[in-house]
Amino acid sequence: MEVATRYRGHVLIVGIKGELDHHTAPVLRTAIEQELDKDIASHILLNLADLEFMDSSGLGVILGRYRRISGSGGQMAAFGLHGHIARVFELVGLPKILSVYDSEEAALAAMKRI
Amino acid sequence: MDNWFELRFPALSVNEGFSRSVAAAFSCLLKDWTVPEIKEITTSVSEAVTNAVIHGYDDGYGVVILRGKMFQGSLVLEIEDMGKGIANIAEAREPLFTTKAAAERTGMGFSVMEGLMDEVEVMSTPGQGTTVRLIKHLVTELS
Repeated sequence: MEVATRYRGHVLIVGIKGELDHHTAPVLRTAIEQELDKDIASHILLNLADLEFMDSSGLGVILGRYRRISGSGGQMAAFGLHGHIARVFELVGLPKILSVYDSEEAALAAMKRI
Repeated sequence: MDNWFELRFPALSVNEGFSRSVAAAFSCLLKDWTVPEIKEITTSVSEAVTNAVIHGYDDGYGVVILRGKMFQGSLVLEIEDMGKGIANIAEAREPLFTTKAAAERTGMGFSVMEGLMDEVEVMSTPGQGTTVRLIKHLVTELS
């Protein structure tokens, strides 16, 4: 799995590519935590367009970061959900916690209104 | 024709992906599954193998056995560990139940398996280990 982080204003955009499971979860956890420690990000936006696999271990690492950003008043959102990833999101009830958008621009526009 | 395999590997997290690949390859000997169907199978195997690694052996040394069978029109995948076992299976299968919340475990593993497979059976004896049987029927009844 590969994780790429960048910023659009105060939104940390996290691109996840490959397979997110218990084995790879620490890579994503560390990548996001390191960015949050810089105190730049107010919100987190996940780009899941290139995520090929996710199980409930992926849910755990996403929820852990959600707790941190929401604890400081921030939001977490996602875009690029497709097929299997959308199915797992639904199964574990993630759309009740994260806002899901069709594109990065749509997500950023909505997050600016928050 | 009935077919089967049995594979033993150490309870290492890197083998979660390996077990998914093996399960997918074996399943494809049966029929041309759709991509979503293959993901349903590999995700369920991933959940069960992860449980063996994390809960069965507490991230320590152990052996996981993955078996595949094609039996009477069904695909059966079994994930067995010889770890600590589950004292209360009904409780473990409850959504959001976890003994390792601090490790960011969500307690959704069995719920995911149940949501993606036709049948999920759990057999466990404390101190002896756990076997999870995942079943996918090849022929679904026409509604």
